[in-house]
Amino acid sequence: MEMAHDIAADTFLQAMETWAYKGIPANPVAWLYTVAKNKARNSIHRHQVFSGKIAPQLQNVASEIPEPDIDLSDKSISDSQLQMLFAICHPSVSTEAQIGLSLRILCGFGIDEIADAFLTNKETINKRLFRAKEKLRLEQVQIEMPDAAEIDKRLETVLTTLYLLFNEGYYSESKDVQLRNDLCLEAMRLTYLLLENEQTDLPPVNALLALMCFHASRFEARKKENGEIILYQDQDETLWNYELITKGGYFLNRAAQGNQLSKYHLEASIGYWHTIKADTPEKWENILQLYNRLLQIAYSPVAALNRTYALSKANGKAEAIAEAEKLNLTTNHFYYVLLGELYTVIDNEKALHHFREALSHAKTQPDKQVIQQKTDRLLNMSRVSS
Amino acid sequence: MEEYALIMRHQDGKALASPEQMQIWMKQTMDWIGGIAAQNKFVSGTGLPFEDARVVSSSHVVTNGPFGDIKETIGGLIIVKAESVDEAVEFAKGCPVLMGEGNTVEVRKIAKGDGVH
Repeated sequence: MEMAHDIAADTFLQAMETWAYKGIPANPVAWLYTVAKNKARNSIHRHQVFSGKIAPQLQNVASEIPEPDIDLSDKSISDSQLQMLFAICHPSVSTEAQIGLSLRILCGFGIDEIADAFLTNKETINKRLFRAKEKLRLEQVQIEMPDAAEIDKRLETVLTTLYLLFNEGYYSESKDVQLRNDLCLEAMRLTYLLLENEQTDLPPVNALLALMCFHASRFEARKKENGEIILYQDQDETLWNYELITKGGYFLNRAAQGNQLSKYHLEASIGYWHTIKADTPEKWENILQLYNRLLQIAYSPVAALNRTYALSKANGKAEAIAEAEKLNLTTNHFYYVLLGELYTVIDNEKALHHFREALSHAKTQPDKQVIQQKTDRLLNMSRVSS
Repeated sequence: MEEYALIMRHQDGKALASPEQMQIWMKQTMDWIGGIAAQNKFVSGTGLPFEDARVVSSSHVVTNGPFGDIKETIGGLIIVKAESVDEAVEFAKGCPVLMGEGNTVEVRKIAKGDGVH
């Protein structure tokens, strides 16, 4: 694991050095994989560690020309990635550190990005990852699939990590559409790896992949070419990917086996209802009840805000405004976005005030753009009606 | 932050409700609980269906349900987090059970198991 980590760090360092002088290659991801593989091969020759398992694979790698599309579905790569995923998600390490290590080693995230994701600083993350690696060394954790009883315990963290990875791509600030999509596809690929393994082909895993499929179906429709977000109600649904929606339905169906109801089941079901564009009372009542249940098993501010929005659609704005005021999320800019939405039409002056408040709390450019769009729309509406 | 049980009592557990009425109550109850959960104050909860209820007395006599002798019966309970009993009472006031004549919600602090409470 230490070696994998060093290789990843080395590769990114080399990327920075090379790209600065030669420019970013046509396919940066393929470039990184190729460099990392070459580094891994050299490292293995030196240390003779993984000689039995990985070296034969690496001999097939073309050394002179970087392949534009490296085959990642190769079984032994899959297996070793799954093993690494489970090794990282060992109970001796805190959940936060597990997520951090996965993002670092398996997904090549920078310390900066991980620090961002955890709303903390680089130093904290560096310390946390260092301690975690020490722990894994002391516990002599092997890079192998845990036994059946152990899989159940560790799967939750594995799923959380994949869920966060997907979100990182889906909600990333980066203007690089390709990179963001790659992060999401990477998360989906790792989740699919779990489904291909009999031991981990379980209902919550299917539910998680269903959730990802439903969200990913809106990739094309939710961003303009310049990276600006297009709001759900303004999206051109002919751009939605119906193949992914169908796949999502398939995995959600598979998730329905057994009687376990995970947060992924609930979120996937909410995702399913969002693939139906028409605003029907049935749709919003279902979404509201799903959020009611989701909040009981896994509270999050985002779910609380979305639940209140669904409440306004299902039960009316007056009730939703009263409930919104109890949420106590006054440092969250989306809280003011919600209040702005709820007050729109009822009291446009108040709505505008809340959108401005939201703008002052927003940190990222895409968030600011979304809020600005809503403000503009409100101003246009007031102009038309007055 | 303390934990409180909100115990819903129905005046007449024998009263029959139509499936449509049951569905409305269910939605109202879920919306009420969802509102508490949206404030991150929900701990756990369960409904207590009236069917298959038994009462075991001190002489081990088993009777069917509490509905023969006692009119009032418990329909369910939830446990919430609250800063004070007053906040817990505010949650209780939103309980749809209170729309029924004579129904009550009892608010009780959860013992901490620290040997004092």
